[in-house]
Formats: sequence, C-alpha cells, structure tokens
Amino acid sequence: MSDQVETMQRTTPAQTTPTQNEESSESLLQIRGLKKRFSLSGDFLDQLRFKGGKLVRHQEHVHAINGVNLDIKRGEALCVVGESGCGKSTVARTVMGLLTPTEGTIHYDGQRIDNLSGRQLLPYRKRMQMIFQNPYASLNPRMTIQQTLEEPLRLHHPDWSREKILDKVQDVMGSVGIDPDWGKRFGHEFSGGQRQRIAIARALAVDPEFIVADEPISALDVSIQAQVLNLLMEAQQERNLTYLFITHDLAVVEHFGTRVAVMYLGTVCEVATTATLFAKPRHPYTQALLSAIPRLKDDRPQHIRLTGEVPTPVNLPSGCVFHGRCPYANARCHQEIPALQTQDDGTRVACHAVEEGRL
Amino acid sequence: MALLEVSHLDVRFALRQGEVRALRDINFTLERGERLGIVGESGAGKSVAAFSLLNLIAKPGYIAGGSIKFEGQTLNTMSERGLRKVRGNRISMIFQDPMMTLNPVLSIGEQMVECLKAHRRISTKEARAISLDKLRQVQIPSPETRLDQYPHELSGGMRQRIIIAIALLLDPDIIIADEPTTALDVTIQAEIMALLLELCEQHNVGLILITHDLGVVSQVTQRMLVMYAGRVIEQGLTREIINDPQHPYTQGLINALPQMATPGEKLNQIRGSMPSLSNLPSGCAFHPRCDFINRADGQPRPACTQQVPEFVESGNCRVACHMVAEMLEDRRLKEETR
Amino acid sequence: MTTPTTTTAPSRWERLRDSYLWYSFKRDRTAQLCFAVFICLVIAAFSAPLLAPTNPYDLAQIDIMSSELPPFWVEGADERFGLGTDAQGRDLLSIILYGTRVSLLIGFGAVILQALLGVTFGLMAGYLGGRVDAFLMRLADIQLSFSTLMVAIVVGAVVKATMGSAFYSQYAVLMLVLIIGLAEWPQYARTVRASVLAEKNKEYVDAARVMGLRSKRIMFRHVLPNTMSPIFVISTVQIANAIISEAALSFLGLGMPETHPSLGSLIKAGFDYIQSGSWWITLIPGAVLIVLVLSINLLGDWLRDVMNPRLYKG
Repeated sequence: MSDQVETMQRTTPAQTTPTQNEESSESLLQIRGLKKRFSLSGDFLDQLRFKGGKLVRHQEHVHAINGVNLDIKRGEALCVVGESGCGKSTVARTVMGLLTPTEGTIHYDGQRIDNLSGRQLLPYRKRMQMIFQNPYASLNPRMTIQQTLEEPLRLHHPDWSREKILDKVQDVMGSVGIDPDWGKRFGHEFSGGQRQRIAIARALAVDPEFIVADEPISALDVSIQAQVLNLLMEAQQERNLTYLFITHDLAVVEHFGTRVAVMYLGTVCEVATTATLFAKPRHPYTQALLSAIPRLKDDRPQHIRLTGEVPTPVNLPSGCVFHGRCPYANARCHQEIPALQTQDDGTRVACHAVEEGRL
Repeated sequence: MALLEVSHLDVRFALRQGEVRALRDINFTLERGERLGIVGESGAGKSVAAFSLLNLIAKPGYIAGGSIKFEGQTLNTMSERGLRKVRGNRISMIFQDPMMTLNPVLSIGEQMVECLKAHRRISTKEARAISLDKLRQVQIPSPETRLDQYPHELSGGMRQRIIIAIALLLDPDIIIADEPTTALDVTIQAEIMALLLELCEQHNVGLILITHDLGVVSQVTQRMLVMYAGRVIEQGLTREIINDPQHPYTQGLINALPQMATPGEKLNQIRGSMPSLSNLPSGCAFHPRCDFINRADGQPRPACTQQVPEFVESGNCRVACHMVAEMLEDRRLKEETR
Repeated sequence: MTTPTTTTAPSRWERLRDSYLWYSFKRDRTAQLCFAVFICLVIAAFSAPLLAPTNPYDLAQIDIMSSELPPFWVEGADERFGLGTDAQGRDLLSIILYGTRVSLLIGFGAVILQALLGVTFGLMAGYLGGRVDAFLMRLADIQLSFSTLMVAIVVGAVVKATMGSAFYSQYAVLMLVLIIGLAEWPQYARTVRASVLAEKNKEYVDAARVMGLRSKRIMFRHVLPNTMSPIFVISTVQIANAIISEAALSFLGLGMPETHPSLGSLIKAGFDYIQSGSWWITLIPGAVLIVLVLSINLLGDWLRDVMNPRLYKG
C-alpha cells in the first residue's frame, strides 16, 4: 500500500460544469465530478508512522467514488447498476446528504445542495426522500407505524392540525396498501413486504418529487419484489415522481428504468436509455454484466467469462479501472483513464476500445 | 435403486407457541450424477430440507417421520458415528456464506489437509497434493500460493471456489449446495455456477441445488421441486416446469419475474405473502393468494379451502393442486365419453 | 413476524403477556424466587417505620442496659428483641430494616445518577463521534483509573474540611450517592456507546436523518429507546455493585455514621464484638446484605440471558 495515496489525485477527464451540458435545462438533479473517499487510517495519532527515522503521517483511503457525473431528468427513473463495492450506494447516500462529498457538486433544481447545513437542507428534505434496502432495519423497532408516519409530517408541517395529520397518515397508508387500522402496531409485526410498503409510505408522506431508492427490493422474496416494484411504478405515475434507483439486478432495470448508468469501481462506464443498453451494450463490462443474467428460457447460456479479480477500491489500478478484467485492454487502457463520450445515439461510454472502434 | 431416496420426510420444530411442522411429506429421489433444484421463497422450508438430509437439524427441530435413504442406508436413524462417515465424505455441503464454513485462523491448506486426514489415512504430503489438485480443478489462479493464504485474504468469489474445492476433496457422490451464489455479484455468480455445473458433469457428482433463483435452477438442474409453506407443491423435469408450470404458485412465481413482463408495464404479482408455518391457512396453504380457486362456473371450489391437495400426475410432473386435479379429471371424463 | 390478522392492536398488557420476557419468567424458578426475595426486602425496608418494633433513630427508645442480647434461638435471649440487640442496645431487627432502607436508597440513587451521566455521555460519544467521542471516552478512562474508594476519600476529605464532619454525617446518604454515582458512570457510558455505535448504522437512523430531524431528537427519540435492553441489564448489576460499594465504604468508616447505619456500617459496628461472642451483630446484617445482592445479581443474570438478542428473535 503506498504512502502517497493522498497525492494519487486522480484527474477526471470529464470535469464539465453544469452550463456546458446540453441536458442541464431539464435536469432535476446534476452530479458533477463527485468524489468520495473514506479514511481507513483512524484518527491523527494512529496515522503517525516511523519511516526512515522520520515521523510520517500515513493515510489510506477507500476511493468509493471517483469523479461521477450524472444528470437525472424530471420524471424519469434513472437506474444505477453495478456490483457490490462499485460505489452505487455511496452515490445515493451522498445525493441525500447522508455523506458529504470529498469533491464535486450536487445541484438540485438549479440549487447547489451538497454544501448546505442541516437546517438549510430542510426544505429539500421535503422534496427528496429515500427508500432503504433492508425493511427489517429501516423502521424504528420501538415506534408504532402511526408514530413512524406522523413524524415526518409533524416536522415538515408544524402548522397542520392533529386531524389533518391523522387524515394524511390514513391516506398514505391506504395508498401503499396497508390497512390504516394497523397503525398502532409495531414494525416487527409485519412481513418484509409490508414493512417495505410502510417505508415507502413514510417517504411518500411528505409528497416528495424525487425519490432515491437504494436496492429497495433486493432483500425481498420474488413474489413480493413484484408487488413492491409495481407499487413504486404506480406511485411514479400518480405523483409524477423522479427516481434514482440503485440496484444490482439488471432484470429489474430492464423493466423499471428509463435510463441506466452502469458503474464499476467508483466510475460510471456507460449511460444509456434502457432499451439501447439492453439491445446494444457498448462497454465490455456492460456486455459481461448483461450476459451474466440467469435467463429462464435458454438452456446453455453463453456467458462472457471475465478473468481476474475485482481490484480493491483502496489501491485503484492505473488507467481504466476495468483493464484488469477486460478482454480488449491494450497499453493505452493501462495508462489513460477513459472519459465518458457521447455516441451517435446519445449513449455515453467511457472506453478506449469503443472510441478507437476496436469494439 | 436410487442413490438418495427421501420418502415422506416430516420435520417439526418444538417451539414455545407449540409444535410447528416445517416440512411435510417430502418425497424425491436423486440418481447418480443427477442435478436437482429445490426452489422456494424464504420460509418455504428449503434450507430445513437441506439440513435434514444429513440429519443436521438443530434443536428444537427434529425429524418426526419418513426416511432418508442413501445407497439403501437410512440416514435419519443412523448413529452419529455412521453419519460422520457419510457427511463430508460421501455427501458434502456448500453454504451461502463461505466464511461460515472456513475457519478464519487456519490457512486454506491446513483446512483442506485436516479435512482429508479426518476421513482417510494418508500423509500430510499426499493430502497437500490432493488439495492442490482440487484447487486446480476449481480454476484458482496460482493454487500453490493459495494453500498458505488465510480466508480473509481472498475475495468472495475466490472463497466460494475454495469451498467448492473442499466439497470435492473426498470425491463425494452428492453435493448439497444451499444458495451457493446468493451472496455473490452477478458476474461472479455466473462464473461459479458454470464451474459447479462443469465439475458435477465431469465427476458424475449428484447436485442438490437449493435456491430462490428460478433462473439459476433452469440453467443448472434437470429436475426440480417447488416448495411452499413446508410442502412440495410441484415437482418434475425442470424444463417442463419452467416452460409450462401447472401449479398457480409456480405460475405466479415465474410470471412475477421482471423478464416475463413487458418493460414499463405492471409486473404480474402474487398478492399477499407467505403464511407463517405456525399459522397455516386451512386446506391448500396457497388458497388465500390463489387466483384459481373459482371453478369454471364461477363458484369457489370448496376443496381448496378445506382439503390439503394430494399429488396428481400431470405429464411428467406431479402437482398438488385441486384445480389441476379437477382439470385432469374433466379431461379424462371427456376422453372416456368419446 | 406474523402478519396481523385482526385489526385491533394488542394493549400494553397483552404485549407483556405475549412477550418472551414473561414467558421466560414463568418458566424460570430461580428468577421467580429472586424476584420474590428482592421485592420482599424492598417492601420490608421501605415500610420499616411501620414494621419495625422500635425506632432505632430515637434515642429515647434505646436502653444501654439491654445491649448485646442474643437472638431468640440462643440462650439468654430477650423476647422483646427477636434478633437480639447491638452494642448500643438497639433492636437488631429494626436497625436492619432501617439499614436495608438506607442501603437500597443509596444503591438506587447512585445508579440513577450513574445512568443519567453515563447514558447522556455514552449517547453523545457514540452518536456524535469524532472529537466529542474521543474527549468523553478519555474522560471515562481517567474516571475509571480512580477507584470508588479514592473518590470517596477525596470527596470525604474535601467536604469534611470545608463544611465540617457534622455536615458530612447529616448529608451522608447524599454524599454516598454522589460519590458512587460519579465514580461509576463510565460503565454506563461504555455500554451505551457500544450499542449506540451498533444502532447508529441501522437504516432507521438514516431514515430519520433523511427526514431532516435534528441530532438531538434522533439521539433521544430514535437511538436511545433501542439501547434500553443493555441499559436495563447493566442497571441490575450496577445496583448490586453500588450496594456493595456503599457497604465497603461504610465498613471502612467512609460511609454512613453509626447513628444512621446502613448494612455496611452495621457489619462494621458488630465486627468489634465478634471476638467477644456477639457474632449476631455482624453476621445477621451480613447475611441480609448477601441475600439482597445475590438476588439482584441472579435477576440480572436472568435478564441478560433473556434480553440477549442472539438467543431469540423478536
């Protein structure tokens, strides 16, 4: 592990400002040059090391995301796909302000939000909400469903009367298919699917326009996944919601997403509309990912077998992060980081092989 | 005689709320080199089934009835000593979480050698040679160095390969794999499943694959069981069940997959959720969620709510459903009158 | 995890009746016995003025002539004094009842103080993290490096020097609560911090943050109620410890004065007479102390087993 992780500043070629982007006018959310590092080295005292007779400050970081640029258009469902450790959840949590970015900016509806304080962020909290992965952990076990759903309403509508809040809670419970009479019960009395419905109700209670869903169905059973996915789609139609949908399951993306961003090791490698991505995947990683979906009806599927190990985000490889597992990698891929480049059909791909026409 | 023969297996758990029947009347056979899938959602009892095959059910669970016969020997009445000769040696298991099986303080080599020496009288040198050979079989890069590494130094996919190598160590007849790739990423999952399939075919090893993923089952197995609330509700050839499911639950499960729906349209969901085993609905356990409890004349079929359905043969499949039974009966009557 | 079938929610009482806590209590004879003993002692101690045959604090009722009388089963007993009398002629039964009350008061008081300090600091350290965490935990380490005894000696010396020893004796109960409370809060702080660190990473806390709630509300309304189980378990142990600490301090002459004795000071007072054959003055309060502490500790053990989330899923 190198001592100079700190100096290993990776320059991202695609450092564009919002105004340069042609999509900016219709974007609800803009992420520009987003980077997030987590320190692995503990506090200051733990970082000091003796080296060559000198006291050196030694720091190690996990590079969770390295220069992500994304635009989310009003009314669409942008799916971020990738395998574990690719930074997709970090993107979601940074957008929601649960994490502060190391570098980069996030604009919501034209306003920069990544540097706001908790109090300044409050009006945005009402407009953007989040649904979490694990319905068993996302409801406070000591609060009844009624209390859970009332809390955001009381906070964001301090002027509302008790009757109005109760009405709203009943209303929102009904809209996610939970019997409003069950309000006095605790979360653990419900099944996983019902809990996820309650978590969705909590997010919808304040009538947001933008929802970040972090793997909302991956902890659920197949038959329940369909129910929750349907509920999310219904909510989108009725309320004209915009989604940032994080998932590892490409089959879900094909069904749910308007556009897809594929992430690998903290960088976006391909952004395309769902139909285009599934019909014509460009990036070698996207191709491998697509071929790996276990399809029901083909007997002997042709997987693209990747070789090599997924590198750790502590020591990022030089050049393209995928070069170690890529069958098309050449010398340039080992050295130069590819930038996202727009193709004829609007797809954006970060791959030297695609750019050079080798693929 | 089949290699493994499970008949009328009945597993119960003595809980404080009373006795819960986790498995009821499970019947299946596995031939040498055959691959069988057990599919179900959480709470269906598929993991209990896997554990009970090797009599590994922990208290308060116990096998209340039925038999598990391996090469004619009844495993569920066998002594602990006799069982140990079968476990790991003739039948080995692969779990979802590799870290559950691997001891974090022993190197890979030590664990493999220990496992070999427990079952065979061989020297450490020979054991290492066999271990190395198995690591090559699971296509681990630079297997020599892996032997001296510790589990935490390896990635998830690599660990699962090691687990498969350990499972193959004693050249077993059957491998029971309980959700072997659920904790892994899609691309790694595809690699591991392809590897497992290849090895089973090469060495003529039987595989019992327990999973919730219909896609994986359809690609790997030849026959499958679909479980719901502790019972098998449909069993037969994988291809036939996937292409033409008979039981409404199997149909629902397959149709609920996003790949079965038109993008952007609503998915075909099954309403409700799996009942808890301690509070099963009367009659067919699936009837509160079933869309087919009405007969052709629009009247609900009373049998569905009152009677636990028996298995009926439909082609090469066996289905436990009153609706299917009625349909087959109608068809038979029509043929007779003709 | 069963799907609710009825629409009416169960009441608090029904929840308790269905809970694992109640189920396990019903089946655990030791827990039942300990609970019964503990409750009997508490009731007896706090209704001492009603139950005790004499008032040992009332000098007018004490007769020095009837000192060192043995309990009723020993020859030479006086039928007025069932458990005999001490060196000053006080009825031993009465003084034990009053002494148990003092011991329990100090035990509960000290634990309440410990809990207030420890839970607040632990919650802040765990939830806010960073510098707050480092500061508070170092503070706890420093506090732990002083034994309760040292704190008692220092506080005692300072108070006695500034306010006089009469003041100290007058407010001895309060002083002991303060000393034991201050000396042992780090136990709470550490336990609470550990469970806050575990709870903090759960998604319901993230959900509360996404909602826009302030840190204070998240800490007290969301995180704290979920750390109650370990607080509950540690409280039983801490009450027993506080009672023992008090007894030890009193035995060393740093605690309750003999005019208002606790169990500890009774044992100490009787200890001088054990050689002269009046063993009951020290042994009977000693036995009461042991029974009290043992019953609390056994209850604590049971509670820890019940509340261990690894042993049951709820």
